[in-house]
This record gives sequence, C-alpha cells and structure tokens, in this order.
Amino acid sequence: MTSIKKDRMAERYEIRLSGFGGQGLIFAGIVLAEAIGIYEGKYVTQTQSYGPEARGGKSKAEIVVSDAPILYPKALGVDLLLAMSQNACDTYFSDLKPSGKLIVDSTFVKESPITDTIFIPFTHIARTQIGKTIVANIVALGSICRISNIVSRDSLQKALVGLAPKGTKEVNLKALNAGIKAAAKF
Amino acid sequence: MTQKAKMPTKNDTSKPILIHGNQAIVEGALAAGCRFFAGYPITPATEIAESMAVRLPKLDGTFIQMEDEIASLGAVVGASLSGLKAMTATSGPGFSLMQEILGFAYMTEVPCVLVNVMRGGPSTGLPTHPSQADVMQARWGTHGNHTSIVLAVSSVADCFSITVTAFNLAEKFRTPVIILSDEVIAHTRERFIRPAAESLEIINRVKPAVPPEWYIPYEDTVRGVPPMAAFGDGYRYHVTGLVHDMHGFPTENQDEIRAFYKRMGRKISHYAAEIQMVNNFYTDDADITIIAYGSVARSALQATETAREKGFKVGLLQLITLFPFPCRHVENVLHKSKAVIVPEMNFGQISQEVKRVNSRQCPIIRLNRYDGNLITPDEIFEKIHEVL
Repeated sequence: MTSIKKDRMAERYEIRLSGFGGQGLIFAGIVLAEAIGIYEGKYVTQTQSYGPEARGGKSKAEIVVSDAPILYPKALGVDLLLAMSQNACDTYFSDLKPSGKLIVDSTFVKESPITDTIFIPFTHIARTQIGKTIVANIVALGSICRISNIVSRDSLQKALVGLAPKGTKEVNLKALNAGIKAAAKF
Repeated sequence: MTQKAKMPTKNDTSKPILIHGNQAIVEGALAAGCRFFAGYPITPATEIAESMAVRLPKLDGTFIQMEDEIASLGAVVGASLSGLKAMTATSGPGFSLMQEILGFAYMTEVPCVLVNVMRGGPSTGLPTHPSQADVMQARWGTHGNHTSIVLAVSSVADCFSITVTAFNLAEKFRTPVIILSDEVIAHTRERFIRPAAESLEIINRVKPAVPPEWYIPYEDTVRGVPPMAAFGDGYRYHVTGLVHDMHGFPTENQDEIRAFYKRMGRKISHYAAEIQMVNNFYTDDADITIIAYGSVARSALQATETAREKGFKVGLLQLITLFPFPCRHVENVLHKSKAVIVPEMNFGQISQEVKRVNSRQCPIIRLNRYDGNLITPDEIFEKIHEVL
C-alpha cells in the first residue's frame, strides 16, 4: 500500500457495470480494467459484488480509474453506470454523481429515473445482429467506449482479444463493433 | 527430493499484468518455492486452488484437490515433512475444519502456509462478502499452548510479497504461518509487476548437517529451531502430536515437557522484533492515530490523507503482522497520540489487543462494521471528526 502524496492526489473516475448474474458483467469489467490498466497504463482497481447463486442474482462489477495509486478500491460516487436489468437500474441510480452518465439495456430496462438516460438495446442487438445474447456485455462495452472516452477502441480490442476464450475472438470483436456503432447517435 | 526446483521463467516477469489478490498469492507462493498445494474449493478462496492447479504442474509441482479441508492440511503437512514447501487456502468454514491439523503442524513444527480468505461467519455466513472476524481464530483457533504467526494483506502487491515472507518465516521458524486475506483483497484486480526472482530473499529450512545416525530431530539449538530432515533422505525419525522429547518420542517427564513448551515459545518470541511488521503513515506527529489492517487499511489511509489535506494531524499504523502482536509499534503510537481509532470488519478483535497493551490509558475508539461491506474512508473520516 502506497501513500498518495498530496500533489499526486488525482481525480477518480468510477464505472459500475450492473445487472443480473450470468450476463457477463464481471468479465466485461475485467476486459475494461485490463484495457485501461495494462494497455493505457493508468491505475485501476476492479472489484465485484455478487450473490451466492451462480445465475440470476444481482451482480455488479466496478472499475476505479486514476492517475495515482488507488486506495479504497470500490466505487464511492459513480461517473458511469451501466444497468442491464430494471432491478439494477432502480437499485444503483442513486449512487450516480450529478454529472454521471446512465446507460441502460433497453431490452430489459423500460423506465429510468433519470431524464438524460441513454437507452440502447444491448441484448436485442446481440441476439439479432450477432446471433448470441451471451455477448450483450461486449456490445455494452463497445457503447461505453464510444460514449465515455475513458478507453480507446484499440486498447479495448487488445484486452478483449487477450481475454476472450479460445474460438470466440471473431464473435466478440463483432459484438464490440456493433456496440460502438449503436452508440454513434449519443 | 533434492532435484533443483523448476522456477518460473524470466518471461513471466517485468510485464505489467492485471491480477487479483488470490492470483497474486499464488504468484508469491511459487516465487517462494512452493511446489505443493492441497485444498478444497470455497468462496472466496477458490481462485487460489484454481490458479495453483494450472501453474503447479508446469513447475513439476503437485496440486491435489482433496476430499475436504481436514485432509487438505493433512496432505500439506505430509508434503512439507517430505521436504516440499507446501500451502493450502480456504475460508472461514474450511479454516474451522483445519484447526485440528493446524495444531498438529504447530506441535510437530512442520513449516507450511495457510491462507484464510475471510468472509462473513460463523458457519456458511456470508460467502461472497468480506469480513475480518477470524483474527482471533487465527491466533487461538487450535487448542493448547502455541505461538502463532499471522500476517494480513492489503493489496495485490502485498499478496505477492507477504506470501513470500510467510514462506520464509515458516521455513525459518519451522512453524505454520497464517495469511489473513478477505473477500475484497481476494477479488480486487490491480496492475502488478512481478519482481525479478533475483531480487527476492528466499529462506529454506535448515537441514541436518550430521549423518542420520547422529540426528536428533527435536534437539534444542541456539535459535530453538531444530534442523529438519526430509522423509526419504535417510533420516529415520518419529513425528507425533503428543508432547515429545528431543528424539521425537512421547514424554511425560515434566522437565522435558517444560523444556519443549519453552523452546516452542522461545523460537518465535525471541525473534518477534523481526516478525512484527507494520507500516507507519504520518504517525510521527499524529494527534489521532488509526490502527488498521487488511482491506480496511486502504480506507484508513485514504481517510488519513483526506484529514491531512484538511490540516488535521492524523496518522495510520498499518499492521501487517497481527501475531505475535506488534506491541512495541502499537505502544509507540499509544504514547504519542491523544486518541486511537481501530476500524475493523468485526465486533472488535484487534481493538481488544490494542487495549491490552494500552498502559497509558490512551482513549481507544472502535469502529466496527459487520454487514458484509468494506468500511469506507468517509466512515473513518467521520469518526476522526467526532474524536477531534
């Protein structure tokens, strides 16, 4: 554990990916953290919280980004919230900073308490354009990349290729690009 | 087994990687020379076994998934007796099961490392949430007189370096060493650069320098640590959980019993100063000192930084060694501070130890959380504000 000297105190940027267990949010969190931490060389901590059940329970992954070492590893005030279920949206929107962005999977999230919410049907896109709902998490990552500027497309692709299970590289990259495209109008 | 151990290759080092605490413990163990792991999966420690299962065979090591935790530590003790550096990892429920064999390992002076990734308990408790409620179990969980070495980790970098230290202490003092992690540290991924193998100090157990017929397995020595022969090296000796004489055979002779316990205590207490590791942050001029360990130390340091920024004289004493309890370091801050705050994810276990050594009546304020969530920097800062 290293002390952060005052002059090195830097702004934290906090991302939370939330939904239900089985949507691959923790994997998406690892890809994003690897892209930012390894390929862009920033300090990151990636944490997760999940219930004892393997599927269906609430699940979230968090990534804290900073130019200085990070002490408290979890999110304190969220800058970017991805909600892939109505439940997650309802539970976590209150942790968003006033300037924070909320992106939801409109396949599952029908109502948002925040007016400038970005609605993108990640799961629908994954099902219709890629043919696999399982890559909805990667579609969402593509949109996050386009909307947030927190990570470059190149770094995200490298991290994804490095972490994707064997034989899934093509489908994952296709999903990432679909997500980037879907976010073009925001 | 005297063949030269295969080491992780040079290609493995120098490139930054993103790993979590459990993976870093595995990296640390392998760098320290651990070549045997036996365990039983349990959240939130499973990734240690998972990672060992992948890595050990490539280094000519052995991974065994045992039928339960009792057998796991049993296999570890057996492997260590045959000369290997060995480890297991578990969480609360498994740690409870291991207490019996842990006592055997203390009694027979078998070096090994036991990682307990703390989650909410007792019983199955809160499997996926952090806790620090096993501190006293790590100290006193097994019955009888024994001296424990218990270390706490706070980051991915710690998980690597403190695991190396744990093996060194185990080998040097012929004792089990317990590493306490928790769900937050276990599953927090951070960027990590593996230190070069040459830069690490690795300690190996002292082997007998005498021929087998002269070997006295539990002979007293200057340090109180007898040289340890590996099974299979031709040194035939007896290993028992009964109190034994220096030849390893049970004794009821009160002089021998006393000598045995005294040596067991002395071999650690005489070297306590080198075992008791802490980090001091801004403690020199601190009016209020926080004493914290594990994941909570991260929140505590952030709260300390915030307080300093606002001009308050606050410091942090981070405990790495929980036992032998680092009294001298704690007494030092108790003497200098107007108040001490001890935040913990339990009802207050280390705070009791702090109170025990508090001869100057320094006010000790507890901050306890046991709802399965990490104490936040804000909570600690609020407490600082209350005390000021």
